[in-house]
Amino acid sequence: MESILGRYRNLTILVGVLFLQVLGLAVQVKRSADVENTRLIRIWAVDVITPLERGVIWLQNGGGSILHNYLFLRGVRAENRQLKDQIEQMRLEEVRLSEDATQAHRLQSLLAFKEQFIAKTVAAQVIGSSGSDLSRSIYIDKGENAGLKPDMAVITAGGIVGKVWLVYPSTSLVLMINDQSSGVGVFMEKSRLQGVLRGTPNGELILERVMSDEQVAPGETVLSSGGDQIFPKGLPVGTVSKVSPGKEMFLSIKVKPAADLSRLEEVLVVTEKQERGAVADSGERVRAADILARRLPSVPEKPAPVAGAVPAASAAGAKPQLSGADKPAGGEILKRVVQKPVSGDAALNGPANDASTGTSSENSSRTSGAKANSANPSAKPATTQPKPAAPQTTPPPAATEDNPH
Amino acid sequence: MPITYTSEEQIEVYRFSLPVTVGVPLLALFLQAFLPRRFPSFSYLDLPLLVTIFFGMARRNPISGLLTGAAIGLVQDMLGPYPIGIYGIAKTVVGYLASSLGVKLDVENAGTRLLVTLAFYLIHAAVYFTVARGMVNLTLNWSWSRGILAGLANAVLGVGLYFLLDKLKQRT
Repeated sequence: MESILGRYRNLTILVGVLFLQVLGLAVQVKRSADVENTRLIRIWAVDVITPLERGVIWLQNGGGSILHNYLFLRGVRAENRQLKDQIEQMRLEEVRLSEDATQAHRLQSLLAFKEQFIAKTVAAQVIGSSGSDLSRSIYIDKGENAGLKPDMAVITAGGIVGKVWLVYPSTSLVLMINDQSSGVGVFMEKSRLQGVLRGTPNGELILERVMSDEQVAPGETVLSSGGDQIFPKGLPVGTVSKVSPGKEMFLSIKVKPAADLSRLEEVLVVTEKQERGAVADSGERVRAADILARRLPSVPEKPAPVAGAVPAASAAGAKPQLSGADKPAGGEILKRVVQKPVSGDAALNGPANDASTGTSSENSSRTSGAKANSANPSAKPATTQPKPAAPQTTPPPAATEDNPH
Repeated sequence: MPITYTSEEQIEVYRFSLPVTVGVPLLALFLQAFLPRRFPSFSYLDLPLLVTIFFGMARRNPISGLLTGAAIGLVQDMLGPYPIGIYGIAKTVVGYLASSLGVKLDVENAGTRLLVTLAFYLIHAAVYFTVARGMVNLTLNWSWSRGILAGLANAVLGVGLYFLLDKLKQRT
């Protein structure tokens, strides 16, 4: 026996080392919280590698700032002019979007929708990666000490990046959305189709679980659905770049990520989400029924207007603003919600509508809307929002660690 | 390039100083974690694997080769999101094979090194995928085109890297 072991000493040691590692792997796989079991060992490795990365980033930023501040000032004037033009265009766009958002908020408040807001974020710098082409993950320079926890959403101004996977005292490992093992619940902005976004071995994003008989056009925006309980609903995820037949009865939809996942510098970690009922803006007192009448052309026309009164509802009703594509599939539900309180409807359409009447009828509509909504749970966001994604696509200004709330 | 057999008497066994033994793998792991952030296509390269192969072939001692591979692989696992041991097992096998091959073949010339590195990259990938899919149940997909291209890129880089690391060798 001894001579056999001596003769095959190398092979014996190889088998022994492999056996130990297989055993270790088996223990990790067996326990569900394998990440927590190996946390201490991982911290050692991370503590050896990340200080070097931080040092290099620090040097890079120091050197970079000298170059940027003093040497690379050529073309700044032209760039400044270009940026000013861009700001002007964005202001115009903002006016349009805020109008849409206001209207959508009023409708959501009518239906007692719960909205999820990003309440607090922590800014973090990307300092490294796992270094493997088989896993897509990055290290950020914030960890437990900054209040980070596993499964927190990581985003940029462009779109979602991934989720916090492992948290160490001063660093965290973020699993990106294009990793093969990640999955994000998403929906498409226009068609409202829902699916699951997964990463591929090449680091691309594929949208799964969309039936092959659905119409999906390249260029359509993909947003987070909030169904995964990690990413708040309505954050930009990417755009559809290619649609082809997939396995079984599903389409294979390639998605181009909204955030540049290969060149991340800074990210935001969503440390706190808030859920609250949608509240209509109090600045402009427009009756909800007027908005509904504008949006839903089939709401009964007002009786002949009294001299001096402006028939807002009928005027707007005469030229519906929604195109066929934008019109919600669940419009009928909304109509029923509005038409149910007959007396209220009559009061709204009557010439004696003053502000107080409008407010009270808005309240009654909100109540009935809530009832209708609760009575018909299937008629939830996807069907009852006339322009649902607009207000949530741009998250409200979130507090950072420097400026909480 | 022909792969020539050499007798054990002709083989030179090298050793490395402690700073090189510890520093080179650590540097490889650091660069592997840091550079893909700046140059995304760098993630197709596997510097820790190349270092494992180099040390294995230079030392020509299977036990030392497999232990070096196991250590480098385990640290690489600790930096990634998946369970610890997948890279460890793959690099243990490669370290053992590289040092065993170093005993039997002349692995000093560039052509041999290119072919050997390509072969070891594929073996490493095969073991990694087998363990990841079979044991850990990860949903990893193998792409032949990507695997071959990455293998060739690693082999080319390996030839250059080995040339640099040759300067750190010390004759026993």
